[in-house]
Amino acid sequence: MIEFRLDSRTGVTTYLQLVQQVRHALRLGHLRPGDQLPTVREVVAKLAINPNTVLKAYRDLEREGLVAGRPGTGTFVRENVQIGPRAGQAALRSGLSRWMQRAREAGLDETDLRALFEEAVRQDAEYPAAEAAP
Amino acid sequence: MNSVIEARDLGKRFGSTWALHSCSVRIPSGRVVALIGPNGAGKTTFLRLSAGLVEPTAGHIEVLGWSPQAQPTLVLPRIGFVAQERPLYGRFKVKELLELGRRLNPRWDADLAQSRMKRLGIPLERPARQLSGGHRAQVALTMVLAKRPDMLLLDEPVAGLDPLARREFLQNLMEAVADNNLSVVLSSHIVSELERTCDYLIILGEGQIQVAGGIDDLVNQHRVLVGPRAGHEVEGDPTVIRFSHTERQTTLLVRTDGRGISPEWEVHQVGLEDIVLAYLSRPTARSIPRPELAESPAGRP
Repeated sequence: MIEFRLDSRTGVTTYLQLVQQVRHALRLGHLRPGDQLPTVREVVAKLAINPNTVLKAYRDLEREGLVAGRPGTGTFVRENVQIGPRAGQAALRSGLSRWMQRAREAGLDETDLRALFEEAVRQDAEYPAAEAAP
Repeated sequence: MNSVIEARDLGKRFGSTWALHSCSVRIPSGRVVALIGPNGAGKTTFLRLSAGLVEPTAGHIEVLGWSPQAQPTLVLPRIGFVAQERPLYGRFKVKELLELGRRLNPRWDADLAQSRMKRLGIPLERPARQLSGGHRAQVALTMVLAKRPDMLLLDEPVAGLDPLARREFLQNLMEAVADNNLSVVLSSHIVSELERTCDYLIILGEGQIQVAGGIDDLVNQHRVLVGPRAGHEVEGDPTVIRFSHTERQTTLLVRTDGRGISPEWEVHQVGLEDIVLAYLSRPTARSIPRPELAESPAGRP
């Protein structure tokens, strides 16, 4: 069982924070196949958030195939869910290291790096590559 | 039923002042609605009209499908209304208030009322006027929840509560919403906490509805644009909610889905609080359901 927490400073919506925390817990192995997620009632009673927000987050996780709702009992991590580092993650990680090395050589500091990275992530979320304007 | 409150050209005049005018809105069911606006914007009047406590001067209002003024016996058992200041009979002990609730309400859930008092550690023998502000708010909430209503109307429910009591109140309210699939309309002028608890927003300014819509939609439909100094044309653009200029730079808060914005503009996400403040500071700005996205600022500047 995981416990959700909210960070009000990130600017990330509550719904997305819940989704990300489940994905993160799966990747780190804090959540395993068969584990139950807190019930909607438990989450709202603890965090004082709108129940529809939790439902929406759980629906999204369900659509991704990570969890499944069982009527009357709750929401559980699916048995066949793939956990752990994704294929290709190591290669991406070392590619990122090389990119950081180049950025350092170009004189960027940590703040510059973060700003650049966050900007790229945001742009990607808003305009996925497939739809990007020429 | 898809909407819990439906108002058409609703208006209320006190003497020569229109507290509310030309209000048309459909509030979908199952939502937690934040009614936001400065003092005197008409929030309390809207709630009192919804509860049938005052008659409209103009237009119509339907609550759960009936007129709260003409058909109070159909509406009142199904709604729970808590006025500002959470009025309770001060000399009544908590248990006497609950007994009053039982005698006045056919659907009264005595078990729910008792167990809530027990869980919150509120002494049944204590007169209401000796309760802390947080406990008074919880007793008032219990009184309306034990009616087993379909909808709650709460006027400034967390005003005057300390942060801990406020959080406990909202936790309890959200739990009740999850348990009973309640619709809630609550008024407030504090935005920060409502972003988490509410999923629908109505902004009232100067007696009129400026904004009505799902909070996620509203956040998705607004952006802050920063770019080179623009001309005066942006100031008359109805999709520009707020603008400010420096010598070489212009910052806009714009209603847009974020597509098709000219590349001169740096585009930023904007939080609910900034959106609300922008509308409040410009009472003529509007974003009523299905805003006209076609007129997004495609070619600007």
